[in-house]
Amino acid sequence: MDLISPDLGLIIWQTIGFGILFLVLAKYAWKPILAALEEREGTIEEALSTAEKARAEMENLVAENEKLLQEARVERDEILRTANENAAKIIEQAKGEASKEATRLIEEAKTVIQTEKEAALTDVKIQVAELSLLIAEKLLRTQLSEDTAQKALVEKFVEEIKLN
Amino acid sequence: MARKFICISVLFSAFLMVFSPTAQAASGDDEDKTGFIMHHIKDSHEWHFATLGDTHISLPLPVIIYSSDRGFEVYSSSNFVDPKTHTFGKEHNGYYIDDHDKLRAVDENRFFIDLSITKNVAMMFLVLGVSLYLILKASTQYKRNPNKAPKGIASFLEPVIVFVRDEIALPNIGPKYKKFTPYLLTLFFFIWFGNLLGLLPGAANLTGNIAVTVTLAMITFFVTNFNGNKAYWKHVVATPGVPLPLLFIIVPVEIIGLFTKPFALTVRLFVAITAGHIVILSFIGLIFVFESYAVGLASTLMVVFINLIELLVATIQAYVFTLFSAMYIGAAVADHGHDH
Repeated sequence: MDLISPDLGLIIWQTIGFGILFLVLAKYAWKPILAALEEREGTIEEALSTAEKARAEMENLVAENEKLLQEARVERDEILRTANENAAKIIEQAKGEASKEATRLIEEAKTVIQTEKEAALTDVKIQVAELSLLIAEKLLRTQLSEDTAQKALVEKFVEEIKLN
Repeated sequence: MARKFICISVLFSAFLMVFSPTAQAASGDDEDKTGFIMHHIKDSHEWHFATLGDTHISLPLPVIIYSSDRGFEVYSSSNFVDPKTHTFGKEHNGYYIDDHDKLRAVDENRFFIDLSITKNVAMMFLVLGVSLYLILKASTQYKRNPNKAPKGIASFLEPVIVFVRDEIALPNIGPKYKKFTPYLLTLFFFIWFGNLLGLLPGAANLTGNIAVTVTLAMITFFVTNFNGNKAYWKHVVATPGVPLPLLFIIVPVEIIGLFTKPFALTVRLFVAITAGHIVILSFIGLIFVFESYAVGLASTLMVVFINLIELLVATIQAYVFTLFSAMYIGAAVADHGHDH
């Protein structure tokens, strides 16, 4: 059995042996193993893509939630702002109205007072006139016997009137 | 510490190699002391394990002979052993085994085929058994629950299977890889287990036998050429883009190229494995040649080191053989035309 000349017997046995090995393994080992590997790879890929999808969905949900929250916040702010504005407006309006009313009342009061004052003055004038007439009458009756006295009296009255 | 040991032993061995008178004297019967190397490398009709003094511990193997005139004949190889010398040479039923462990007929003109279960055939059955046991055991798990993570032997084999499929078959063969993956896997595991088991002490040098490697290479050759498509054959017999006069040179080269491929496969595996065995055995042989403890220490360390390298070589050679097979098949089945 030489080193570099192939032996026919061994070639035949090797062919038979390798042939058997190949046929048996191909049918009972490689076929199920390769199929299982492929199936498992498919399953893993699918699981991964599902997970990826779920993650994306989750992200979407979170983003949507965030958006909703943001919207809610904006709305709340809007409502608050409007409410504040309204309140301020109402207060302003109320203030304006109150001051207008007050002015009006004061004005009215002033008018009334003026009227009253005028009426009182008129009254006083009438009474003064009446009194004057009365005095004048009395004087005329009592003191107008003498000329000088009359004159002095008249002057005196006139003086008084001027002072008034 | 280990490095010091190595340095000292190497120094001692170098010293002894030059001056040892035993080394000079031993040169006469070197053949005896290192003959076991070639004996191990080559095939044999018996499986020899050890020699203790004058007792040979060996397993006689069946000798099967087919001849047209006598049909099948089966003998034990112990029938051919000379009881006096304990070596082959005794004649039995018209056959004898010569010095080179080759079966011969006494009548030189008789034609017969030696179908003996030689050491390498027995080794091949061992490799077959180990491969079948491991791989079939692994496959049961895939049949039972394909979607579970691999366990036990399957977890050991799965990365290799995936490697052969994804790194050897797919990139070199292309879209048709599925058809050839089982062949490549079988090839890879047979060579790999053969290489590894061949490293065991007392094991036969199966994948370092040229008959085995030539058979594997020829199987690849047939697989390649039976699956060769039109473009492949056109490339061989009428290389496109080559002017007619040049074809007379190119076509023979291409045809020779068909056969150099399996030849390269044959020689590469044979040489790599045989050389490894020879290197290991040579280091062991040094011990017997020098009969020195220092050499023994150095040799043993070197043998351990080379053995570790051989583990790597066993895997690399299985990979390379499978890779080149895949490349040859890939070239034969490629869809696209010749474009480079």
